Amino acid sequence: MFPATSNELSGAPGPGAQAPGAGGDVATSRLRGVGRALRPVAAMAPFSLYSFLGLGVPILAVIYFAFHSEQGHLTLGNLRLITHGSYMLGFENSILLALITSIIPGILGLVLAYAIATSRSGFLKRLVATASGVLANFGGINLTFMFIATLGSTGILTGWLSAIHLNPWNFGFNLYTFYGVVIVYMYFQVPLMVLVITPALGGLRPSWREAAENMGASSWRYWRHVGIPVLMPSVLGGMLLLFGSGFAAYATAETLTAGTVTLAPIQIGSLLAGNQLAGQENVGYAVGLGMFMVLALTMILYGLVRRRASKWLR
Amino acid sequence: MTELHDAAPTVSSLTRPTTGARVNLEGLVRTYGLTRALDGFTLAVEPGEFVALLGPSGCGKTTALRVLAGFERLDRGRVTVDGVDVVKVSAQHRDMGMVFQSYSLFPNMNALNNVAFGLRMRHQRALQRRQKAGELLELVGLSDQATKYPHQMSGGQQQRVALARALAIEPRVLLLDEPLSALDAKVRGELRDQIRQLQQRLAITTVFVTHDQEEALSMADRVCVMSNGRAEQTATPAVLYSRPTTPFVAEFVGVSSRVPVTPLDGEVELFGQRCRVRSGSVGVTVDGVDALLRPEDLTVTADPSALPFVTHKSFLGATTRLVVQVDEVPIRVDLRSDVAADIELGARVRPAVVARDVLVAPRAPRRESTTD
Repeated sequence: MFPATSNELSGAPGPGAQAPGAGGDVATSRLRGVGRALRPVAAMAPFSLYSFLGLGVPILAVIYFAFHSEQGHLTLGNLRLITHGSYMLGFENSILLALITSIIPGILGLVLAYAIATSRSGFLKRLVATASGVLANFGGINLTFMFIATLGSTGILTGWLSAIHLNPWNFGFNLYTFYGVVIVYMYFQVPLMVLVITPALGGLRPSWREAAENMGASSWRYWRHVGIPVLMPSVLGGMLLLFGSGFAAYATAETLTAGTVTLAPIQIGSLLAGNQLAGQENVGYAVGLGMFMVLALTMILYGLVRRRASKWLR
Repeated sequence: MTELHDAAPTVSSLTRPTTGARVNLEGLVRTYGLTRALDGFTLAVEPGEFVALLGPSGCGKTTALRVLAGFERLDRGRVTVDGVDVVKVSAQHRDMGMVFQSYSLFPNMNALNNVAFGLRMRHQRALQRRQKAGELLELVGLSDQATKYPHQMSGGQQQRVALARALAIEPRVLLLDEPLSALDAKVRGELRDQIRQLQQRLAITTVFVTHDQEEALSMADRVCVMSNGRAEQTATPAVLYSRPTTPFVAEFVGVSSRVPVTPLDGEVELFGQRCRVRSGSVGVTVDGVDALLRPEDLTVTADPSALPFVTHKSFLGATTRLVVQVDEVPIRVDLRSDVAADIELGARVRPAVVARDVLVAPRAPRRESTTD
């Protein structure tokens, strides 16, 4: 055995030695560091669990059943089935509906939001923001009833227009068709666009316009070279959100048309209600998977354009 | 103004001196509700001159610049550029380059396209404008950043691109709206030198707005100190500092100490000395007058029998600033540091005036007797 060093004997700290209790301090500090690192994870845990149970598990179930027959065999039959006939028509109609109700309300919402953003009236701005927040979430049976009471064949507005010989129903208008659904969807899609695009319009700096003007740009050329390109990612992002909203909305279309318009969400509802042929019990899951894929693609595109917009408008 | 708009600069002309325009702002009045932002503001800027508008927040300096740029309408007054009234000419056709406080680069364009934007608006061909923009970026030392977007550049780099963009159109007047205020001290100093060098090299008539007196005094040929929408004094930095004609200028520019005095036959008595009152000083009011003294207008000598004493001492490098309590009034005195080294805190000293004459002004409330 080696003799103890003088430091050890004297109790004086040698080179690299730690003060009494220092080891404990290091451990405590490490524990604190781990605690700090885990804090955000812990905060996210309830939401993550909720998302997993409410979104992850159903998606996994949809994927599983879409690829399995009723007997539990692996199959592509369900997917093959939805690429033909009424199921395919349902997708085509849903995509067309989503496109129409994202582009037209997207443009209308943009114009309205711009008018409000450039208005000097703070009251008007607050009023439109609040109204948009409410109306963007107003759908389903209530909205359907409101439209039937207003523009139905015996609706109030129809009656008034009738009195001046302008009854729209006499000119081929029918609320209970595909285009009727389009009109009703506009009611919540336009405010939704206003809500989504208003912050982006607020991000357009007045000094960009002044800088452009200062360098000889007319108003049109400012919009062409700066305003529209800068806003474009946000506008596209807004329209993608509207597309997702129009594609997935169910209750309004179902209650308005009683299932007479072939749309993918209505077909899923119908299949869930038991309206299915023998041997096609899992087709509903395949339709669900198709919808999920369209919406996932929409969200990926939305994420990409948002990334560009956030860089330009921060 | 169309001929100005269409006059496209050539490649080589971008880096050689141009003939700046003469700018006259005459009796500008601009009101916002009950607030009068400009109240008869008048300024003449010579061709190729660099004039700084200096003043506290709300004095109207930015409004004056924006009126000159064409972004603000005038209630009254006249703006001429080379003798031509431009009040009714839109900003689009004024042919002025502006650099904004917040850079204001177009976020959807890289540095090269930002600089080339004005040339594009002047219908220059793509190849030509790219070449000119590249030349401008080289001029501001950013040729390696040509493909970077604003969000990929630092504040200093963005502001240099903004400067290149403003210069690209070979403006008749360059307008700088607090271009350095958003930058950190080191970058601010570098860019300050760069702007001044470029302005001198290109001889562009330049109007520069700032609230930073150090910037104004170090960069401008002349400084116009503004207060309440009016020009208090327009002079070279040296004259402005050493010969302020109004109490506001004396107190806003540099450091002044107010000392109550009694004027008599164009003179006042200060620390037992008779001093001439500076011409332009205002007359006596019922409340009496104060002498406004710069720290370098005064000196002190150690004298144990004197009543004034040193209350603060700050080393500033070549000089040391002493605060000396004279009766109830603290006055600031700058001494060479080697001289000040012999004077301790609390030491009794005898102040003396070394300036030729002193500025007097109506007596201020005693609450603030010294100002920075």
